[in-house]
Amino acid sequence: MPNIKTLATREEKQVRFSPGHSLCAGCAEPMVVRTILNAIEDPVVVANATGCLEVATSRYPGTVWNVPWIHSAFENAAATIAGVEAAYNGLKRAGKIDRKVRFLAFAGDGGTYDIGLQSLSGALERGHDFLYVCLNNEAYMNTGVQRSSATPPCASATTSPVGEEIPGKPQDRKDMTAIVAAHHVPYVAQASVANLIDLANKVERAMSYEGAKFLNVHVTCPLGWRTKRDSAVPMAKLALETRYWPLYEVIEGRYKVNYKPKKHVPVEEWLKGQGRFKHLFKDPSLRSKIDDFQAAVDRHWEELLRKEQWTQEGAVEDE
Amino acid sequence: MRKVMTGHKAVAEAMRQIEPNVMAVYPITPQSEIAEYYAEYVHNGKVKTELVPVESEHSAMSACVGAAAAGGRVMTATASQGLALMVEILYIAASMRLPIGMALANRALSGPINIHCDHSDAYLARDCGAIQVFAESAQEAYDYTLLAQRLAERDQVRLPAIVNLDGFTLTHSVQVVEPLDDERAKKFVGEYTPVYPLLDVENPSTWGPFAMPDYYFELKRAQVAAMEAVPEAFLEVQKEYEQATGRAYRGFFEGYRLEDADRVLVVMGSTGGTAKVAVDELRAAGEKVGLLKVWLYRPFPYAAIADALAHVKQVAVLDRAVSFGAYGALYSDVATAFMHRERRPRLANYIYGLGGRDTTPEHLTRVLSEMKDAGPDEGLRYIGLRE
Repeated sequence: MPNIKTLATREEKQVRFSPGHSLCAGCAEPMVVRTILNAIEDPVVVANATGCLEVATSRYPGTVWNVPWIHSAFENAAATIAGVEAAYNGLKRAGKIDRKVRFLAFAGDGGTYDIGLQSLSGALERGHDFLYVCLNNEAYMNTGVQRSSATPPCASATTSPVGEEIPGKPQDRKDMTAIVAAHHVPYVAQASVANLIDLANKVERAMSYEGAKFLNVHVTCPLGWRTKRDSAVPMAKLALETRYWPLYEVIEGRYKVNYKPKKHVPVEEWLKGQGRFKHLFKDPSLRSKIDDFQAAVDRHWEELLRKEQWTQEGAVEDE
Repeated sequence: MRKVMTGHKAVAEAMRQIEPNVMAVYPITPQSEIAEYYAEYVHNGKVKTELVPVESEHSAMSACVGAAAAGGRVMTATASQGLALMVEILYIAASMRLPIGMALANRALSGPINIHCDHSDAYLARDCGAIQVFAESAQEAYDYTLLAQRLAERDQVRLPAIVNLDGFTLTHSVQVVEPLDDERAKKFVGEYTPVYPLLDVENPSTWGPFAMPDYYFELKRAQVAAMEAVPEAFLEVQKEYEQATGRAYRGFFEGYRLEDADRVLVVMGSTGGTAKVAVDELRAAGEKVGLLKVWLYRPFPYAAIADALAHVKQVAVLDRAVSFGAYGALYSDVATAFMHRERRPRLANYIYGLGGRDTTPEHLTRVLSEMKDAGPDEGLRYIGLRE
């Protein structure tokens, strides 16, 4: 499994994601993208959905990408990388290429949970050999912080503002990781910018399986979450400690929770550091919303532990 | 060897001979048979193609873009709503100069939903930057599938190419077709050499960058240059095809009894055949009528068409789709062709055959006859419509 030294050595050998991008100060994405690229040893081709990462790294005539990279549209990163992988297979069969190449897709939560869901589902079902990474910052940050189906309940976003009638997003967030796991692909995991070694290990583990792999990576957006610029890692860490964003893997159908916080940290510890939830703490009548939020986090956590127990028990029986 | 087959089979055979590295395709009536034939070739080991049975046409074109940028020879096929779903990505394919070959089994766009032929789908993709060719017969659909791939892949062109064939009329009707033997077809189409392929991992390239007002315009102008290179390349590829096969396709359109004609129909697609019957009938009665059947629709051969019709008194342009709030798209192009000419024929615009409405030789003899006495014409006329 890659450690800091391995990642640094690879970064020295080939800078795959070079300086000069225009992502915001404090954005979590470059750390995650660099870690992922350095966790893969083989040559890699990247497809990128429209979004922050794409616009901030490819402004013509410059590019940040020192690996082959393609952006086509918002909703089709999975279909695009599927096409690249299909060409690789076709050219291999025709005897025109033989070296090992890896295929990687990056998309935001809007490009994954919403507009790109069909394209992703199709590519997962067909079993293309690629790793899909959702850079999940929980809203359409590139277009100005509009709500997505990954946006948590009550969060203020520009299309779910805090109004006099409706205090932020009324709906719960979608469980995209579970949706992907339901495709029965070999490797599915949640990771976070708060633990880059865990992320690198997950990339390496994912790449040891043939077929479609999926990583849902929680990435702080200081702009959209309205947190401090230097808060990307501590905020993401609080999401782990409060069990809001569990680190776990589904390896060939078996769940493994990678981090189980020893003590119960209330989710409001994570909420209160973010301007998008500020209204919940100002207005006493909204206290119940925080309680509902906590109940949902607890319910999802318990459900995850049950899935782990159930699938791991099955694993023991198999052996 | 002459064989009896449908238009779909003819196109599928040409695609088998082209043998793309990737075929990404999604079922839709009437196109589905092309996907089915191709799946049989793949599953029976007749081709080395990677078949990508996508979950939508949007993903079909997206996978084509990824595969073509990766360095593969790539083809697909669709119709109607499927093309509508592809159009977003077709613009991107053209902007990336990806020579993706596509068969379009022309079908009316919804609504109301309809499965039969008109050209509203082709018109929808008119401005996307892809080459468009129309076939009159299964034979033409076969020949132009080979020709268009070679044209699309020429270095100065490198654009997606759509071969239109009328849904059901051509796709499902059985005709006599003379395909080339595999060796000759493969030799004509030749090996494909991609530029800056993604799979050249030693020389990484960035595809599909973000271009702001400081560069977008110049990049689009460069795309115009690629389109401008098409007409000459089209004639060259026709000549190469003639040399390789003895089959003569000469020019951007077919003139039928056109040289001395006073009254002429301008059409695209299978109606060309119907028009030939109508022209022959009236010629037998001593009337000087003729036909201009467009093969190359995009880029539109303005000057060549104005030259070919310079001597004509009256022209009826037949559009198989409505451009709401405007004249028919083909009519507008033909009218534009005469814009700067001193001598112009009188032009009339007929809308016909929408949603598969049958157009008979009698309809067209009537059009040619009524043209004779028609005064200056404004507005749309309709063929075969109950009013």
